[in-house]
Amino acid sequence: MVHGEIWTLKELFVTPNEYIYWSVQIVMYPFMTGLVAGAFVLSSLYHVFGIKELKDIARFALVFSFALLFAAPMPIILHLQHPLRGINVMMTPHFTSAIAAFGIVFSGYGAIVASELWFLYRKHFVEQSLLLKGKQDRSLGESLLYLIFTVLTLGSFDITEEAQHRDEKAIKVLAGIGIPVACFLHGYAGFIFGSVKANALWMTPLMPVIFIMSAVVSGIALCMLTYIATMEIRKFLACRQQSPSYSPECREEIKSVEVKVIQMTAKYLLFFLIFAISLELLDLIFRGYTATKSWDVLRSVIYGKDFTSIFILQYGLGNLIPFIIFLTPGLTIRRAVVGVLFVMFGVFMMRWNVVIGGQAFSLTFNGYMHYHLPIIPHDWETLKEGLFGALGVFVMPFVLFYFLTKIFPIFGLKESH
Amino acid sequence: MISRRDLLKKAGKAVAGASISLAAIEFLSPARVQALKADKAVRWVFLVDTYKCVGCGLCVKACKNENEIPYDANVTRTWVERYVITSDGKLHADSPKGCRDGFTTSKIDVGMGKLQDIKNEDIKKAFFVPKLCNQCENPPCVQVCPVGATYQAPDGVVLVDRTWCIGCGYCIMACPYGVRFFHPKYHTAEKCNFCYHRINKGLKTACVQACPFGARQIGNMKDPDDPVTKIITTERVGILKSEFGTKPQVFYIGLDEEVK
Repeated sequence: MVHGEIWTLKELFVTPNEYIYWSVQIVMYPFMTGLVAGAFVLSSLYHVFGIKELKDIARFALVFSFALLFAAPMPIILHLQHPLRGINVMMTPHFTSAIAAFGIVFSGYGAIVASELWFLYRKHFVEQSLLLKGKQDRSLGESLLYLIFTVLTLGSFDITEEAQHRDEKAIKVLAGIGIPVACFLHGYAGFIFGSVKANALWMTPLMPVIFIMSAVVSGIALCMLTYIATMEIRKFLACRQQSPSYSPECREEIKSVEVKVIQMTAKYLLFFLIFAISLELLDLIFRGYTATKSWDVLRSVIYGKDFTSIFILQYGLGNLIPFIIFLTPGLTIRRAVVGVLFVMFGVFMMRWNVVIGGQAFSLTFNGYMHYHLPIIPHDWETLKEGLFGALGVFVMPFVLFYFLTKIFPIFGLKESH
Repeated sequence: MISRRDLLKKAGKAVAGASISLAAIEFLSPARVQALKADKAVRWVFLVDTYKCVGCGLCVKACKNENEIPYDANVTRTWVERYVITSDGKLHADSPKGCRDGFTTSKIDVGMGKLQDIKNEDIKKAFFVPKLCNQCENPPCVQVCPVGATYQAPDGVVLVDRTWCIGCGYCIMACPYGVRFFHPKYHTAEKCNFCYHRINKGLKTACVQACPFGARQIGNMKDPDDPVTKIITTERVGILKSEFGTKPQVFYIGLDEEVK
């Protein structure tokens, strides 16, 4: 069977070679890179612009961004027909292609995040390394940790006041460089779509900007969600009677901090959400108003075939409901969770409507293609480019995050930058 | 004894001096040298006379066999489209199996396994249009390939390197003519290459050879005496989707505005 045939249903006049070649993993790709970029921008708001209210979530967002970074190329690898040749992009990059610089931009960005993390956690590495070194009978796990922390110090054990001051400066510079690079990384994902002149829905110079805005929105939403989840776990641990750290006051304290951070972050979320929606609506209105050759088929897709997924799922559930939730006074944690879930769903649907919606009509403008996401896999292709492949990509950063927090603890550090 | 400082100074001067004089020399990649040496007197073009096409599909069949595209796979390097315009001004068009077996019924394939019957007296205008790769002068597929696995030969034909293609599908998305697909067996991007292995030996393409009506012709635009060149330069011919600026090199006689 031809690649794409299994999940494509053709209607009316579609040329023989047209299929939905870019499937769910290409929806996941901008979604995941968006989360990376968004999480990083959120952490930089504190480090660069000194927005003190975001201090608690900044460190958290940076570590999470790092976890997401490893998951971001996964959808591409799963999508490629020859995944083992993926490295060719680094070996013979063909720079007229928007994808060619992916490896370079991506590794450059990864280096920035990794260096920033290193400066942020250097003191912790040194302390842990020295602590474990001084310990007498180390267990196997402790020896391993000792090795990891010692390697991570990179031989720099200077944690004097002066050295720490230099670290802070470096973090600020890196976060400053990181913002444009994060925006570039994702704006560039938008460019990959926006520059395809053959696709009437994708081709717009607004695409990169729309992608950046929605990226920040989804990144902030995911950070809020994970932050709440982590805080709830801490609260749960704190209120366990048998726990050594049990204290009712501590629990209340965690809760008040949590609500404050979430309320503050929600404001930034709304700010970027307004930008994202304005740009998307501008694009839609402009297309309708100028009504070029492709508008007939685009209109039938936007207002007809994809009406539910665009206007009900994306704009309704994904944008309008979170607006109401966040703008109603007295935001509680429970409401915030519902809100951010809807926001993330909305951004995912936006990616879906761009990637799948862009392939919903034929190049002839006289036919349509319908996408059926493979749910139960029956071969390798329907597994990796089906529901389970997409879910695997989504779950991966959370698993990575769990392991990363073993080395980069998010809470309980004595002194934070 | 030369001191370290002096050595560095002198070496620096030598490098600077050498680079200025060496800058006059242009570094050519082997590919470029070959391109410059290659016979520049060839630019392959294609001419389709839609008035002559009857939609028999022999070209599609010949192409599939010649280029080893699995016979039953629903992809093809070339295909024939049928256009029927009814008296209400509506367009009905199809290309079942790319017209591999010709058009075996007068009913129009509307997808989803359904056929639409159109009465003969309702038909105002009907014709067939063969399609194939346009071997564009400004090929968007070559532009977007991230690894350079697809490239344009000096004679204008766009080729794919099956050993280097990563299968991202960006070229398939970038082609405004829908001529590209994934090869069912090699899982790399695949397209019509004007039967490159044949035209370089002086043969015609498989589809040109198979067409019993002379609806398809291949020629060399650089040769003013080539009959195809003569037609393209002296008669009224059209191209597909000129708005994309791809400068397609497949020319059509009798193109209708409904054909996209």
